[in-house]
Amino acid sequence: MMCETGDAEEGGRHGHRGPEDEQAQFSALLEDSAEDLYEHAPCGYLSTLLDGRIAKVNVTLLDWLGYGRDDLVGRKHFSDLLTVGGRLYHETHYAPLLMMQGEVSGIALELKAADGSRLPVLVTSTVKTGSDGQPLLIRTTLFDARERRAYETELLRARKDADLERDRLKRLNATLQRTLLPPTLASVPGLDVTAYYHIASVDEVGGDFYDLFPLVDGTWGLFLGDVCGKGAAAAALTSLARYTLRAAAVYDPDPATVLANLNTVLNHEYNGNDPRFCTVVFGLLTPDTDRDGFRVTLASGGHPPALLMRADGTADYLPTPGGQLIGVLPDAHIATTTVHLAPGDTLLLHTDGLTEAHTVSGDEDRYGDDALLDFCRTLAPTNASDTTDAVRGLLDTFGTGVEDDTAVLAVHVPRPTRQKEQ
Amino acid sequence: MDVRSRNHVTVTGPAGGPVVMLAHGFGCDQNMWRLVVPALEKDFTVVLFDHVGSGKSDPSAWTRERYSSLDGYADDVLELCRELALGPVTFVGHSVSAMMGVLAAAREPEAFAGLVLLAPSPCFVDDPDAGYRGGFSAEDIDELLESLDANYLGWSGAMAPVIMGNPERPELGEELTNSFCRADPEIARVFARVTFLSDNRQDLARVSVPTLVAQCSRDAIAPPEVGAFVHAQIPGSRLVTLNATGHCPQLAAPEETAAAIAAFARAGG
Repeated sequence: MMCETGDAEEGGRHGHRGPEDEQAQFSALLEDSAEDLYEHAPCGYLSTLLDGRIAKVNVTLLDWLGYGRDDLVGRKHFSDLLTVGGRLYHETHYAPLLMMQGEVSGIALELKAADGSRLPVLVTSTVKTGSDGQPLLIRTTLFDARERRAYETELLRARKDADLERDRLKRLNATLQRTLLPPTLASVPGLDVTAYYHIASVDEVGGDFYDLFPLVDGTWGLFLGDVCGKGAAAAALTSLARYTLRAAAVYDPDPATVLANLNTVLNHEYNGNDPRFCTVVFGLLTPDTDRDGFRVTLASGGHPPALLMRADGTADYLPTPGGQLIGVLPDAHIATTTVHLAPGDTLLLHTDGLTEAHTVSGDEDRYGDDALLDFCRTLAPTNASDTTDAVRGLLDTFGTGVEDDTAVLAVHVPRPTRQKEQ
Repeated sequence: MDVRSRNHVTVTGPAGGPVVMLAHGFGCDQNMWRLVVPALEKDFTVVLFDHVGSGKSDPSAWTRERYSSLDGYADDVLELCRELALGPVTFVGHSVSAMMGVLAAAREPEAFAGLVLLAPSPCFVDDPDAGYRGGFSAEDIDELLESLDANYLGWSGAMAPVIMGNPERPELGEELTNSFCRADPEIARVFARVTFLSDNRQDLARVSVPTLVAQCSRDAIAPPEVGAFVHAQIPGSRLVTLNATGHCPQLAAPEETAAAIAAFARAGG
């Protein structure tokens, strides 16, 4: 203001308005009466008794609504000016809040004008209290919110569309995920087998997979793996890995050969600047003719080692050291180990979503191989379904600490006595 | 699940006294009762709670299946009675909660010393064929849902954890204006539908416990003829019309409302 006065002074003598003129003009503006300010304010003013009966209303609001003062004052309640839905909202939200807090601000409501048209407004009310703190009346201001409401309606619509799209994506992902896993595991004579798949994010397809399937002469193949990445590309790789493993096992069921073939296929498929790889453990199950149980040969390509929980209550990893990731090198080294699965023994295969899980969400600590071994030692001796149930419970305790999908597969040889009992 | 934390139960007043259980209606939470509690807690054990999905109830307890009908809420009331084991209670249900009380008392009358139905309506939607006027049409209810939507723009994911209870920093929730009437919009929509589209006219006659119907003299939501209908349908019920206007007598006229509740509860329902 000071600067403007200075500027005006310079041009004062050349027919421009002098400072005196300007001051006078300001005064004229400021003499705008409080009454006029109230009546013709750029917002609606409304005063009501505590029960909502209209006691005073300004011209602006009367003009908006098309009512005369006498139509409203002493005759109508504030809620009478609202749409029926707005009235319900007023009675269940607005009025209670106002009585509890003494004020309510920025509530979107619609007014019903005399001609039936609707006017979206933003409403704010305060309770005026007397010197003794007793509530006397309610003062309400109403702002024309046509533009704003149109914009908000558009936002709401966009959010609804986005929600719909997100639901669609979730359904799509869930369907895709299901197609990458066997709907039910095959039933193997003399074995109990269970699996559990934990989905870390409903927004993305994970890259874990497993399967169990018959081969020649009473032997069975099984695999469990984890492809790098998530989403559509990972799903494509998972699909390729699964059918390659199935087909390769029919051609030559030797586990190391099966993985070597998968390695070759991935090298051919993703040769170039988009290397794709996975970790897999492939197992061949052969009924032991000499003694009860199964002989299991496991081949691992960079996958976390399997865990054996024995009938005698001990548990240990079955190390397959030196096995390399499948799909990276033309001749990946694949490590194998063979173990006898006796009655009462349980074999657990898992992906690293389990051991890499944060034990406390947001914390640095990860669950780890040692903790899993301890966990399995307390489980042993156990069976297949108890094992997958226990792992499931364990994952639940981590909550959102499980960042990656996790697959577990448990294979158990039931004890003969229990079989008879059953 | 612990029903006390599920429903954010608050118990005040002398232990061992006659029990008054106050159930809030659609819109806000147990704070609705705070002006009548001081008068009641002198003589009664007062039980306050938030319906699941309202106030500081446990949001994880809400499921669409359970809370898509008033039966789910009535189950909660009965579970509260069992869990608190305070003996028969005088259940005061405001607005939609009045019908929760009706359903619960019809199922397990032994849990109740009496019912106070405050500004009740067994059916908000008109039924011209039966000559029943609830005061609203189905389109009106859709309009309410629009009003709810229009006022939940500020909710969003960012506000939700603060509003729905932040165990580490409870003061955050308190500081928010309008927080008494905040709810997850998804839940509020379902509760609004249950509230305004349920029809419990047939259930009224099943009430066998002493019942007081307390209506307001000018109520845009539950008009006098609806209160009269409730009174006529519940055998042996008493009807009082409070001087209070509006739909929330416990806020508009707390002394009068507390006195009516106390007189009824003191008489043993």
